Amino acid sequence: MTFQPIKFYQTGTFTVGNRLLDPEQRTVQSHRNRSNAINSGHRACQGCGEALGARYAIDAAMEAANGQLIAANATGCLEVFTTPYPESSWQLPWMHSVFGNAAAVGTGIAAALKVKGRTEVRVVAQGGDGGTTDIGLGCLSGMFERNDDVLYICYDNEAYMNTGVQRSSATPPAARTATTMPVGPEPGNVFGQGKFLPAIAMAHNIPYVATASVAYLHDLENKVKRAMEFHGARYIHVFVPCPLGWGSASHDTIRIARLAHETGLFPLFEAEHGELVSTLPIRKKAPVEEYLRPQRRFAHLFGANPRVETIAKIQALADRNIRKYRQLPEEEA
Amino acid sequence: MLKQIEGSRAVAEAVAMCRPEVICAYPISPQTHIVEALGAMVKGGALQKCEFINVESEFAAMSVSIGASAAGARAYTATASQGLLFMSEAVYNAAGLGLPIVMTVANRAIGAPINIWNDHSDSLSQRDSGWMQLYAENNQEALDLHIQAFKLAEELSLPIMVCMDGFILTHAYERVDMPAQEQVDSYLPPFEPQQVLDPREPVSIGAMVGPEAFMEVRYLAHDKQMRALARIPELAAEFKQIFGRDTGGLCHTYRSEDAETMVVAMGSVLGTIKDTVDEMRDEGHRIGVLGITSFRPFPLAPVRAALEHAERVVVVEKDLAVGIGGILATDVRMALSGLKLHGYTVIAGLGGRAITRKSLHKLFREAEQDKLERLTFLDLDRDIVEKQLAREHERRRSGPAAEAMLRDIGTVASRIA
Repeated sequence: MTFQPIKFYQTGTFTVGNRLLDPEQRTVQSHRNRSNAINSGHRACQGCGEALGARYAIDAAMEAANGQLIAANATGCLEVFTTPYPESSWQLPWMHSVFGNAAAVGTGIAAALKVKGRTEVRVVAQGGDGGTTDIGLGCLSGMFERNDDVLYICYDNEAYMNTGVQRSSATPPAARTATTMPVGPEPGNVFGQGKFLPAIAMAHNIPYVATASVAYLHDLENKVKRAMEFHGARYIHVFVPCPLGWGSASHDTIRIARLAHETGLFPLFEAEHGELVSTLPIRKKAPVEEYLRPQRRFAHLFGANPRVETIAKIQALADRNIRKYRQLPEEEA
Repeated sequence: MLKQIEGSRAVAEAVAMCRPEVICAYPISPQTHIVEALGAMVKGGALQKCEFINVESEFAAMSVSIGASAAGARAYTATASQGLLFMSEAVYNAAGLGLPIVMTVANRAIGAPINIWNDHSDSLSQRDSGWMQLYAENNQEALDLHIQAFKLAEELSLPIMVCMDGFILTHAYERVDMPAQEQVDSYLPPFEPQQVLDPREPVSIGAMVGPEAFMEVRYLAHDKQMRALARIPELAAEFKQIFGRDTGGLCHTYRSEDAETMVVAMGSVLGTIKDTVDEMRDEGHRIGVLGITSFRPFPLAPVRAALEHAERVVVVEKDLAVGIGGILATDVRMALSGLKLHGYTVIAGLGGRAITRKSLHKLFREAEQDKLERLTFLDLDRDIVEKQLAREHERRRSGPAAEAMLRDIGTVASRIA
């Protein structure tokens, strides 16, 4: 494949487009020989963060595995919008069993490959936040603890979108969902203790854990490729906005995902064997209000009587993430 | 080779000879000894080319089996009772996907109240899951049925449960004839999957299916079981050729010639029933037995043929379909539809309650005189029940029923009359 050589002052950073990078640094997705593992024609909504994240993630994993990849999938949007036969989008061997067992199915596939000596074939398991942080957590934790040779990817859109936007344990405080309506004295989702699955994954001391975002697709690809360099249990948690569930514009998916990072609400980092090894620093810190405002799920926090205290509590959560996951250079933090 | 070993050990050795490639283990009584033995064989190297996975739940045990089977490995697991219920969603899924997993169910009651002893409530709760179900009468049959089960499951690409009574069989030391590895190898070919996850030939498995094809997919599952109905007797015949034993088949009659009364049952209780029938035959009673080996698929025609000349049929079953009576009896009635004969359902042995010859003698004699209730609870302690009913009638907050009844009985939890 030929590339047009361009000189530009940001050349060499991943914050600029592919065209400004050396060919070997360009994204998998920019290559003609990408696998198109999730082929076009599927039925995801316009602006779906999950479709975007999954496409980049699986294509990157396919490249890392030389096309020798098998995927297990939890029930959820990704499973539904890609499969109604005869229109499967999947260009790799792919299996859906039930909602809560994608990690265990992955374990089974990996065990079969091992016993058959098919060491060149790799396994990825994937699910949404409901299938991962709620109903699938038992199987996922078991897969981690045994260090089974599976890369698990969670596409986190912070609620059960496939069933009509109900709260999951990944739903943020104050967010409106169909089961946390913006009514009563404390509208929206409760301020619970949170359940940040990447930290739970790290507590298993598995070889590799990373968070990623569709706002940083190059970073997402690199993390998938890095994960594929390891054997054993690996976990990547990808932040994927859902225009339908969040009440955001389809064209704002990337912007909102970026704001989630820049506010500190979704920290981006890598951890190896339970220890933080890298972070993607916030370039320009933004107040949480900038992230909350464009989403109708937080609309009840604004308007004539803004809920200043609630917004302050969310800001405190963001600031804690920034400290905990070192999201700002030391002098700014 | 003849061996005097525990039922669980016999099954473990038979399963090992079937060369499973992935075994999932999660402890639940009374199946635990089986996977313990297999685990030791894998770890010690006696069973090679096999992954033994200690999973974190029964739901994971079945899910890992699903993944392994879909990736082309011969997969085995074992469970019982609450464990079978806990994996139920994946149990249905394995059948729906047509994955030929073999699972031992060491039959045990389902709580509440929690109870670890034997009855058939667990496997029968999965009656409509799409799995085939074979029931072993003794340990020889239990180990033989596992060998047949792998072959049947893989031929049809459909999962199968081999059900053996918890403790009564799993923990009993009996003499069994252990087959040789060469015999098993000549009977059971390597697993050639109907569908497999392989990058060389990518397929999607488990896609969403709408109303346009769901009926047809479900029908195919039924069609497979109907084919199993024809194949099970053939597999038993092929088994006899290699192993020299009559094992398996759909159902078996015992002393049924000229029988006016036929007793129908599944599992180890058939031994006690046959002993009782022997004694009654000696006294001139015209009574015989029909043992059901294949509960799913259910052999309607052979059951009808075995029972249609009797005057009455007594189904003795270790389960309770609350609100109607018997699960097996309902299927037996289906086999007998249109025939005029007396039918009795006997609920017996729930939660490990011993089914004694003494009780069976009384039961069968009452049946012969048609003095039996249509639905009978064998050895039910009416006094205890009446006391509890009175307590509940007396005051609203009568407290937990099971605990109150145990208090009435005293410190001996299980009594043999």
